[in-house]
Amino acid sequence: MDASKSRPAPAGGESTVARAGVADFLVRRSRFRPAEALPWIAAIAAFFIFPSQMVLGGQTLIMILFALSLDLILGYAGIVTLGHAAFFGLGAYGASLLITDLGWSEPVSGLLAGALIAAIAGFLSGWLLLRYRGLAFLVLTLSVTIMLQQLGNLFRDFTGGYDGIPGVNVAPLFGRFDYDIYGHTYYLYCLGVLLIVFYCVRRIVYSPFGQALVGIRENIGRMNALGSPVHWRLVVVYTISAAVAGIAGALFAQTNAFVTLGVFDFDQSAAVLIMLILGGAGWLYGGFIGAALYMVLQNELAKASPEFWQFGIGLLLIGVVLFVRRGTLGRVLNVSRLLQARTQP
Amino acid sequence: MVNTLVSILFDGLAWAMFLFIVSVGLSVTMGLMGFVNLAHGAFAMAGGYLVLTTMSAWGVPFLGALVITFVVVGAASVLFERVLYARLYGAGELDQVLMTIGLTFMAIATYTYFYGPLTHAIRIPDYLAGQLNLGGRSFPAYRVFLIGVGAALIAALWYGFDRTSLGAKIRASVDNRRMAQSVGIDVDLLFTITFAVGSGLAALGGGLAIQLLGLTPNFAIIYLVFFLLVVAVGGSGSLWGTLAGALVLGMADTAGKYLFSDAGTFAIYAVAVLILLLKPAGLYGRE
Amino acid sequence: MKIAGAFAVALLAFCCFGTADAETIKVGVVLPYSGPMSDLGNQIDKAFGLYIKLHAKDLGDNKIELIKRDEGPPSGANARTVVTELITNDKVKLLTGFVFSPSAIAVAPLVTQVKMPMIIANAGTAWITDLSPYIVRFSFSMWDPAYPMGTYAATKLGCKTAAAGFTDFPPGQDSTLAFKTAFEKAGGKVVDEVRFGPPGPVPDFTPFFQRVKDEHPDCFYVFVPSGAHAAGVMKTYGDLNMRQAGVRLIGPMDLIPDYELAHMSDAAIGLVVMASYSDDLDTAGNQEFVKAWHDAYGPNSYPDFMSAAGMDTMAGIFHVINTLHGNLDDGAKVIDTLKGWKHEGVRGPIEIDPQTRDVIQPERAEEVVKKPDGKLGIKVLETYPAVKDECKVLKLGRCR
Repeated sequence: MDASKSRPAPAGGESTVARAGVADFLVRRSRFRPAEALPWIAAIAAFFIFPSQMVLGGQTLIMILFALSLDLILGYAGIVTLGHAAFFGLGAYGASLLITDLGWSEPVSGLLAGALIAAIAGFLSGWLLLRYRGLAFLVLTLSVTIMLQQLGNLFRDFTGGYDGIPGVNVAPLFGRFDYDIYGHTYYLYCLGVLLIVFYCVRRIVYSPFGQALVGIRENIGRMNALGSPVHWRLVVVYTISAAVAGIAGALFAQTNAFVTLGVFDFDQSAAVLIMLILGGAGWLYGGFIGAALYMVLQNELAKASPEFWQFGIGLLLIGVVLFVRRGTLGRVLNVSRLLQARTQP
Repeated sequence: MVNTLVSILFDGLAWAMFLFIVSVGLSVTMGLMGFVNLAHGAFAMAGGYLVLTTMSAWGVPFLGALVITFVVVGAASVLFERVLYARLYGAGELDQVLMTIGLTFMAIATYTYFYGPLTHAIRIPDYLAGQLNLGGRSFPAYRVFLIGVGAALIAALWYGFDRTSLGAKIRASVDNRRMAQSVGIDVDLLFTITFAVGSGLAALGGGLAIQLLGLTPNFAIIYLVFFLLVVAVGGSGSLWGTLAGALVLGMADTAGKYLFSDAGTFAIYAVAVLILLLKPAGLYGRE
Repeated sequence: MKIAGAFAVALLAFCCFGTADAETIKVGVVLPYSGPMSDLGNQIDKAFGLYIKLHAKDLGDNKIELIKRDEGPPSGANARTVVTELITNDKVKLLTGFVFSPSAIAVAPLVTQVKMPMIIANAGTAWITDLSPYIVRFSFSMWDPAYPMGTYAATKLGCKTAAAGFTDFPPGQDSTLAFKTAFEKAGGKVVDEVRFGPPGPVPDFTPFFQRVKDEHPDCFYVFVPSGAHAAGVMKTYGDLNMRQAGVRLIGPMDLIPDYELAHMSDAAIGLVVMASYSDDLDTAGNQEFVKAWHDAYGPNSYPDFMSAAGMDTMAGIFHVINTLHGNLDDGAKVIDTLKGWKHEGVRGPIEIDPQTRDVIQPERAEEVVKKPDGKLGIKVLETYPAVKDECKVLKLGRCR
């Protein structure tokens, strides 16, 4: 962005030229770079190399999607929340109740139902809460999520309480592909959903709207002064983020064939935040690296030492912060440069 | 009716004192350096285990164990502050969150390794175990003691904060760190001191809590939400704010639990949300 | 690769020729080894270890190998992941453990699909055994202690009114429902139900107990998770002088964890619990067990009802291995072997109900007393010899 400052602002008559230049810049910037295929190739390769680990693989893809939703608001709009599990949980319950209460078990519409419910909640809570920032916002989102969980516990007949709702059995995908114990179908299903959602999110991020969000993140005062509708832009991105988290939650319920109030746990909000920071926020691929690393490492450590695996995770987190400094593991691996479209025209 | 009110006030006060003692250090750290120290609960947990060990292994009496714990954990925290925390003062809050969460995870695993996952109890002295008759009503002696400790600490902290030059420097640094630095206040040193005192107090709170809540390694994390609520509602960096936050939330929690059998545990969150919606910077925070 | 594989098979066949019967049976153990409830997993893990240590020779040539995995947070997803790995990667023949009901519920469809026997060592939600024909439960249903407690409180303790307080998660909700059902059937009246909040952090119990004290019920039935919560309950009960105020504290065995009883104040005296096991139980088999436990884990570690269920679970697994001569490939056969199995365990005589695949066990009304040596212990007031899960008898809610 600094580059534009060094150039003299075009005079009034040239504004259309300048606008065309900006449009051109945005289009060029959003082009896919070859290296961006790497994560997807890795995901497909994992399917063939570790065929017996695909249940974990599916859970990892879901966490990547969840982290991606958080990246939208944390990485691009600078909003730190401790209540993102609320949208994940609402999506999970939306998809589950569609099956168990309404008897509609087609999987893709389940995802849409989860996204819709989470989006509505995101819109309402965002409209109310996004006036606040910092510690207040952190504690507000945290408290609202806990209250939501307690409310679910109070209406146990409806939600199943912490014992949950068993028998969330989705119909075969597209009426043809059934699910297997090895989780192969689920893995491909999750990967497909992730790819589609990722494409949409990428479009949003590189649109003028996404640019405005970065502006809000970098200097909210100036964006206000420019007359940018800051609050509404934040509400919109928060709603989109909630919808994506809802899709992740819906996938979670469908692949586990089960949902409990545990999906609203504080741990859930904290874990996704850790994964995203681990991989680095604000470049879309942070969740890929963070979630994959965290999930696989946790699984392996817990296998080696069921009691003390947290020690290893803790060591990793501290090590990353101290020695990579920016806390962005992706950057030290130097892949971000390859994956991130250039920010300068 | 009067009886009910007295019960709620008394129990709420005792609970509030516990929240205050543990949270005050967290609040000042956040206010002074803007440091989000999620490992604060780990220092409280460490304090609990130190009280346990000094009492059961070395036979130190309860009060002595509390004093030792305050001093030892406070001193040990300086090590952490210098080696780990100091590196992240300029860094973003996300890095701080990541590191302190990591520290908490490691603390839980380490204490599980040495003490096991089962809960521990201590034998408190007999004069704290029974009932105390105050004004024709009997109160649990331990809770009276807890309130007394809380009151004494508030007095001491008030003196330190409001009446000493060290306190004035701290307040000045909370208000405007750069300005304080430019007039020659060594903010780093101040921070080390407050960090040590804050961690020591957390450890003291952890020691006091064994009798109230039991002690497992997960103490480090399960009450963290309450401490965050107190700091946010009170307004970070403020002694009186933390006290106000602890009192309001402690009372709300107790009253809610007493009055509503179905949904009593909602109260603390509902009150916190309400206050933050009206005063986002907390009761004593500046906008 | 193929050649190497063939070579390995050949080598295996060669070295093991003549002892073809000897098998190493892999058993997947899913318990919370980390997290706020890891104390519960620890008690069961120790029981498994002790049973194997004491009885390894009973297996003859066969060997048992435990593959331990962390159950993780009780949201079910982690349990599902590790169970799938245990089945597909580790090729276990049998699953056991499961402290949290949601884990067991989440895993149920999986074990049905692959016909994998799953032997529950703790999870107490009543209807879990209905979810799959491959589930057997050795521990208890939440109804097992709570239902007889309701009857006993109304008929023998003379309580006309009772308040119930419970940690607000399924075990607490179920236990309270079971108590209330029996208590009101026997003519009593439950005047208040107080929710103590979620099971993670131990709350300050005082406001809840003060509320109940002010209501003056004859009995106060309390369910909290065994461990730190139970210690808090006893302290608060003592602090508030509730016994002197005429409110009698009753509950299931979770209220007096055996490793806590020694530390509890005299306020616990007079407390009546319904228990399937207590380490103070005066039977020859139990005293032998307690001694072996202390020898293995030191004088400060005590077995409790979860360890007792763990011992019986492992006994059941040994029974299966011996009856089927180490061949556990057929899940249905494993389950059939356990149906109707009778065993003299540390809890006393137990049986696996052939219809429900749930345990039938003795429940004892026990009073906390001060023993001659000044320590707190228990006195058995009455024994209900063969308690079935009443939820399934009455077919309430999801129970069938």
